[in-house]
Amino acid sequence: MTVLVEAEVVASRRAPVVELLGLGRVFPGTPPVQALAGVDLAIERGAYLSIVGPSGSGKSTLLHLLGLLDRPTEGTYLLDGDDVSDLDDRTRTAIRASRIGFVFQSFHLLGHRSALENVELGMLYSATPRRRRPLRAMEALDRVGLAHRRGFSPTTLSGGERQRVAIARALVGEPSLLLADEPTGNLDTTTGESILALFDELHAAGLTLVIITHDREVAARADGTVSIRDGRLTAP
Amino acid sequence: MTAVAPDADPLGADPLESPDERSSLAVVDLVGEALTALLARPSRAVLTALGTVLGVAALIATLGLSRTAGAQIVSTFDELSATEVRVEPAGGGFFGERDVSTIPWDAEDRLVRLNGVSAAGTLSDVDASGALARSVPVVDPLGRNELQLPIRAASPGLFEAVRATLRTGRTFDVGHSARADPVAVLGPGAAARLRIDRVDHTPAIFVGDQSFAVIGIIDDVERQPGLLSAIVVPDGTARERFGLGAPGSVQIEVDVGAAQLIGSQAPIALDPNDPTRLRAQVPPEPRAVRADVEDDVNALFVVLGAVSLLVGALGIANVTLVSVLERTGEIGLRRALGARRRHIAAQFLTESAAVGFLGGLLGATVGVLVIVGVSVLRDWTPVLDVELALVAPLLGAVVGLVAGAYPALRAASTEPIEALRG
Repeated sequence: MTVLVEAEVVASRRAPVVELLGLGRVFPGTPPVQALAGVDLAIERGAYLSIVGPSGSGKSTLLHLLGLLDRPTEGTYLLDGDDVSDLDDRTRTAIRASRIGFVFQSFHLLGHRSALENVELGMLYSATPRRRRPLRAMEALDRVGLAHRRGFSPTTLSGGERQRVAIARALVGEPSLLLADEPTGNLDTTTGESILALFDELHAAGLTLVIITHDREVAARADGTVSIRDGRLTAP
Repeated sequence: MTAVAPDADPLGADPLESPDERSSLAVVDLVGEALTALLARPSRAVLTALGTVLGVAALIATLGLSRTAGAQIVSTFDELSATEVRVEPAGGGFFGERDVSTIPWDAEDRLVRLNGVSAAGTLSDVDASGALARSVPVVDPLGRNELQLPIRAASPGLFEAVRATLRTGRTFDVGHSARADPVAVLGPGAAARLRIDRVDHTPAIFVGDQSFAVIGIIDDVERQPGLLSAIVVPDGTARERFGLGAPGSVQIEVDVGAAQLIGSQAPIALDPNDPTRLRAQVPPEPRAVRADVEDDVNALFVVLGAVSLLVGALGIANVTLVSVLERTGEIGLRRALGARRRHIAAQFLTESAAVGFLGGLLGATVGVLVIVGVSVLRDWTPVLDVELALVAPLLGAVVGLVAGAYPALRAASTEPIEALRG
């Protein structure tokens, strides 16, 4: 772990949110699988980046590495200028809680909780005082335009509404980075479009967004797109 | 780009300054999450707890019932034995032979005067020199109607002292004894063998060549069951006709709690010159016996309850494991949201402990109801172990905790990447 002095801290404020230097991930086995190799990528604060690639290209592995759900076997990952490539599980978990928001293709909402409670779940592990959670969850729901659905169970919401609840849950922790994995994969075109419009709004408000998709149209909504194929980044 | 995160960091901490920050989970949140998860599937929670309910109920009910039943046995036993005192000649006299009885003929009168004696009577074995008893005067050459029956001599108060109940007729009184009347009271066994079942015509029986008028038949006695098969004649009659030298023993019924006192007073009352020639038998305190019996019974019941609890624990373990596998996605989500492995483990442990607690609570209730129900049916006084009833829910929680250990470990070792797939 690099110990940063004050000057470097100030300097790192202007650093990219994400900086990957020669990042690689090898899964052990016979033979070992090189899922990702030599990835160099910088994501500036407030950027809206899409990562496209066919299935098996390594984009899920890249998402897991970006989301600190997995550890790279080679290279360096700087998050907010902070080297997070070699942290233990506990610390990576803590950073996930405070700096990264996830949006999944299959929403991963708890069916027996209301929309508001699902959003509150985003603050459960990050030491947010209990009393402040409902208000902040309401604010997050409001941001995704679902304040009127706060008491509804996800099972009674439409697919688009469910994904909005999931986005609110990711936003409520005020992450440095929002990672969306095929966020429109389970939605029809119209609903998917509304979610993408929501992402545009969030981007306009300054959120750093990374969307992983295999859909070129979805990818085109972002400011920038990188392609991934056979574990290597290529120009789109 | 110069855009910044939408809001200032709510915790006010620079993310870079806290590389070893921790994600946390408050206890109140942990319990809240666990209970919410349980309440989401209430019927499953109850069914899961069922094994523990049965186990704890079995434990409480069996322990409580054994204690209740034990208390009933003890009280019956106590009531009968604690009110009985017998006085006999002290054995092992000066030359080692059995002492000649020094019990006076008026023992009954002397004893009922003592405070605490509710009834007393002498009881002696009569040596009829092998004379046989029969109920008809005809001498059968084959001897089939002649019987060897024990003959006991008693004072009139004996029947009360042994708590005898009469089937028919009456017992003899002081007058019969004083006049040495040839009357007899039969035990039910003796009456049956002599084929006598009614006494309204005072049937005669013969012992050797002496005849006796049967004036009553005993139905049952609570003490001295030997009387049930005996021919009982008055003291005076035995003295006159069989040469009984002195009463062989005295049977005393005392008030509850007076046994020890009467035990010390009776020999003095009966033989003031040398009380040591008489020995009062006060039954030993049955406490030790009681403890042994209870321990045996309890051990068996505890084993039964423990087996039920084990089954209950397996039930919880099984369902919790299924639940862990079902909720893989939820586990992955929680890990992605910042839950540490121990938070995941703690949640599932709390859920299984809560199920166990619920089972213990219901089980204790059911167990107590069973004790009360059985006691009502059997006319017993229920003896409830309050501490056990209070500890039972905690016992259930511990069972749940132990049962949840393996599923919780499985949940904690779930990799978020695997869990979020699909």
